[in-house]
Amino acid sequence: MTTAAGTPSDRSVLPITERYPLVGWLRRNLFSDVFNSLLTLAALAFIIVIARIFLRWVFFTAEWGVIPANFNLLMRGQYPAAEAWRLWLVIYLLGAVVGICWKLIVGQFSGAARVLIAIPFVLMLIPFFSMGSRLNLLITAVASGAGFFIAGYLPIQRRGRAAAYFLIAYLVVMLVLLRGLPGEEGPMPPVQPILWGGLLLSLLLAFFGITLSFPLGVLLALGRQSKLPAVRIMSVIYIEFIRGVPLISLLFMGQVMLQLFLPDGFPLVDRVLRALVAITLFSAAYTAENVRGGLQSIPRGQYEAAQAVGLSAYQSTIHIIMPQALRAVIPVLVGQFISLFKDTTLVALVGIFDLLGIARTIISNPDWLGTQQEVFIVVAVLFWIFSYTMSYASRRLERRLGVGER
Amino acid sequence: MAENDTAEMADNGTAEEIIICQDVCKWFGDFQALKDCNLRVQAQEVVVIIGPSGSGKSTFIRCINRLEEHQAGDIIVDGIPLTRDVRNIEQIRSETGMVFQQFNLFPHLTVLENITLAPIHVRKMRKDEARDTAMGLLNRVGIPEQADKYPGQLSGGQQQRVAIARSLAMSPKIMLFDEPTSALDPEMIKEVLDVMQELAETGMTMLVVTHEMGFAREVAHRIVFMDGGEIMEVGTPEHFFTNAQHERTKLFLSQIL
Ligand SMILES: Nc1ncnc2c1ncn2[C@@H]1O[C@H](COP(=O)(O)OP(=O)(O)O)[C@@H](O)[C@H]1O
Ligand SMILES: [Mg+2]
Repeated sequence: MTTAAGTPSDRSVLPITERYPLVGWLRRNLFSDVFNSLLTLAALAFIIVIARIFLRWVFFTAEWGVIPANFNLLMRGQYPAAEAWRLWLVIYLLGAVVGICWKLIVGQFSGAARVLIAIPFVLMLIPFFSMGSRLNLLITAVASGAGFFIAGYLPIQRRGRAAAYFLIAYLVVMLVLLRGLPGEEGPMPPVQPILWGGLLLSLLLAFFGITLSFPLGVLLALGRQSKLPAVRIMSVIYIEFIRGVPLISLLFMGQVMLQLFLPDGFPLVDRVLRALVAITLFSAAYTAENVRGGLQSIPRGQYEAAQAVGLSAYQSTIHIIMPQALRAVIPVLVGQFISLFKDTTLVALVGIFDLLGIARTIISNPDWLGTQQEVFIVVAVLFWIFSYTMSYASRRLERRLGVGER
Repeated sequence: MAENDTAEMADNGTAEEIIICQDVCKWFGDFQALKDCNLRVQAQEVVVIIGPSGSGKSTFIRCINRLEEHQAGDIIVDGIPLTRDVRNIEQIRSETGMVFQQFNLFPHLTVLENITLAPIHVRKMRKDEARDTAMGLLNRVGIPEQADKYPGQLSGGQQQRVAIARSLAMSPKIMLFDEPTSALDPEMIKEVLDVMQELAETGMTMLVVTHEMGFAREVAHRIVFMDGGEIMEVGTPEHFFTNAQHERTKLFLSQIL
């Protein structure tokens, strides 16, 4: 294309593969020789056949009525309809906090920010949403924009730290909104976590599972490398025990045994919380092993240089070793977190109604017999959207931090 | 700051022994890497350590800031005995800079952050003050324009000069160099040696492991020859290059010169 293709007459002289880049690409990649061409055509035919069957099913056979009829159930389980405004408030605030933190940490409105702000608008296109929900999504988008705009005018010195405070404040407010305030007659009556369900619960379990297991996993990884034999042995036993046991058995143990480990008279821990504890303990062991991989990739010279300039062991871990170790294992950690998100579906087996649990109750409802395919496809698509977003975000982060370059 | 230190040392006179190593022994498992090493270094003295590969040069200077632990004998640095006591070790390390063959810069931090990290967190220096000091040092080693780059974006010679600036930022009383130019392309060796020579001229106490005989001849006050974990011979450059005593010293010098 950098050849003298200035005038139309010049262009027409070029071979067709150069005049149209797409044609050139096709020829090089899909039709380079006879065998390759045949393979391409066969694959194309196969894709067309499958796509036709699938699309015919989507548009003519499928009974999509089951989705709008149970939409609220899929989204929030048994969370009372009268209190649903609290969930929307949680989402507005999420939009606002994302906007604020983006301004504080990244600064300008760049590529990934456009993707973020597009999310509510894309969600508005989902056919099953009511007009009210679309309006709520629009408000969320506006809240993000407002957060981004206002954060630019806040007189803040230490921006990273301020962003962390905003996030922590958001988590507290979010929990209060979800859980409610004591007093049945008050403005925000309590909603027991066992009523939280559907996508809401899947996301909460994944989010808190990840954020709680991460620091625990980092500590275990450090513990496993500790010079103190007691710390090292305890870490190894914990990690190897958890890794040798399937998550589902931990979930069952959590439901029946957690109470045994707590002091007498400790109030009965909610079923959902028990499941979260099991998920967190499980994930921490895997995080620990992944982080250990990162720690082992740090050359000895880094430890020595840190010691030589006088940093204490703690300071060198915080400032030199951990940042490099974590950077090196971002892709692995994100993969692990995506698995964790998908593994939260196992809580359905201990009587908690996450997205998959709700889906199973819907299809076992006599009114909706024979709608498994529709329901499971929607569930799969929802899981895919969130998993893909995580892996996309991780790739952006890797590029930003220059993982793999040194 | 640096001026004060220098003045103070000058007051104490050159008689002050800032590093004292007495009968230092070190084993790696069954293998004895250091055998009864004795050396006394005066403040502001430049001592160059030479010797064949594997003779224990690195091990010896790494014992002085406790990157390696010696198992017998005494090491006293600026009056502080080097024992298992972590406070002593940290104090000695904060007074002793070290420059490594492989630079060992922190790749995830910018040049400026590499230099300011220890002053901020160990010396509790204010950030802007640490920044100013760091810029001053980058000027001194001749690369102020690289302050905001990452180590991976610099040439070997530039990286080693950053490593020197990083050590100097802690205002050390002693600088240890372990083959600082051995990993450099030939055209970059001089820029690093020049910085070291200037440093020597300001009165810094320096212990330098190197194969650069030109540097040893010009800058060193004394030369130490090590072989097989032992200090074989100590003397002025003139002594070494004109009438070295030991056969092995002569052999080594004849091979390297
Ligand atoms: N960490 C270690 N473990 C075992 N042996 C070591 C270790 N470090 C050095 N040695 C041995 O100690 C001897 C001295 O090494 P070193 O001080 O690096 O020599 P030099 O720097 O003079 O080349 C060598 O024989 C080397 O193999
Ligand atoms: Mg060596």
